[in-house]
Amino acid sequence: MSNARDVTDAQFTDEVLLSNKPVIVDFWAEWCGPCRKVSPILDDISVEYSDKVDVVKVNVDDNPNIAAEYGITSIPAVYLFEKGKVTGTVIGARPKQYFEKEWSEVLSK
Amino acid sequence: MSTADSNAAEVRDVIIVGSGPAGYTTAIYTARANLQPLIFAGSVTAGGELMNTTEVENFPGFPDGIQGPELMDKLEQQAAKFGAQIEFEDVASVDLEGDVKRVVLGNGEEHFARTVVIATGSAYRELGLPNEKRLSGHGVSWCATCDGFFFKDQDIAVIGGGDSAMEEALFLTKFARSVTVVHRRDSLRASKIMADRALTHEKIRFAWNSEVSDVIGEDKVTGLVLRNTVDGSKSELAVTGVFVAIGNDPRTDLVKDVLAITPEGTIAVEGRTSRTSVPGVFAAGDVVDPTYRQAITAAGSGCVAALDVEHYLANLELPSLAAQQA
Repeated sequence: MSNARDVTDAQFTDEVLLSNKPVIVDFWAEWCGPCRKVSPILDDISVEYSDKVDVVKVNVDDNPNIAAEYGITSIPAVYLFEKGKVTGTVIGARPKQYFEKEWSEVLSK
Repeated sequence: MSTADSNAAEVRDVIIVGSGPAGYTTAIYTARANLQPLIFAGSVTAGGELMNTTEVENFPGFPDGIQGPELMDKLEQQAAKFGAQIEFEDVASVDLEGDVKRVVLGNGEEHFARTVVIATGSAYRELGLPNEKRLSGHGVSWCATCDGFFFKDQDIAVIGGGDSAMEEALFLTKFARSVTVVHRRDSLRASKIMADRALTHEKIRFAWNSEVSDVIGEDKVTGLVLRNTVDGSKSELAVTGVFVAIGNDPRTDLVKDVLAITPEGTIAVEGRTSRTSVPGVFAAGDVVDPTYRQAITAAGSGCVAALDVEHYLANLELPSLAAQQA
């Protein structure tokens, strides 16, 4: 189960930067093995912490502009946005507990 | 109560930590020995290092080569087919002393077994430069298959002289305008076939006798400072990406305070066995191997561990049998 939504370059400002809720953004691509590992973890987080945070996914293959804007050259890159600003980055696939610890202020029950 | 909770209380014959070629081979063998292995494959590390590689050409039995992830998928299927229980969980800590070993997961669950096989593999080595960390994800990378895409028509560098470095360099030629291999010696450590492919590739250049002394860039990598290992002179190499492939370090964090570790940093094992310094604890794969570190040697080592586990468990049974007969 997942509450995560796909977001395009065009939707990014509305869905992420202007969101009142913190947003976790997963930059990913089909051909990236570790991306496939981290995706279900973020799906879990989107359900478990649905009242705290939104989770969105940006396919960098189809939407290269936002990734370029943030200077992303490694994926999976998982960014936390709060009030339009980047407040956290996790590069590479990490276990669920890693995100919960790293971003404990947002991911708490 | 969930099944996981009720299972947690039982004492199993064997728990395997790690799911590269070593872990899955141990699982296949112990499953076929009817030991019902439980394997903690890791939530993001499942399949191990081969998950980030492309074509594996030297694993026996695949004359046309096989993709790393596909090979690991097959090993997983083979383990599952014989009844191995595969959990994509991370092990947070282990308690290995005593007859019953305890394995604690990242989610707090506890599991118990008479034997534990440590097959945690190795982690890529970093250059150890402050700017390397700062620019990680912004030009500094460890995964060519993941990140090559971001360097279309750019000049990039690969650090290292082994097979992994050559594989990365060759893969990256699909995207990059040029790839400079930075190596601290004047010849490659890579196998002849990989070295020849790289040496003759029109997009690949070599910076011999060179090591990276700094990574340059404000928000993104713009270049490297290279130090000549012969005369100590410094030079700059303008690149927008740098892929680090200078080797791996055995992943021993879980056990390094409990098990004997060799000067090379691997888990110490007795002779050609997988027996560690603690009875009932075995180790296999890259975590015990400072030398060969191949998929096939890891698989072989996983087989050794499985047979050692069987032997150890059989010996545990003996006193109780003797007691019954008396």
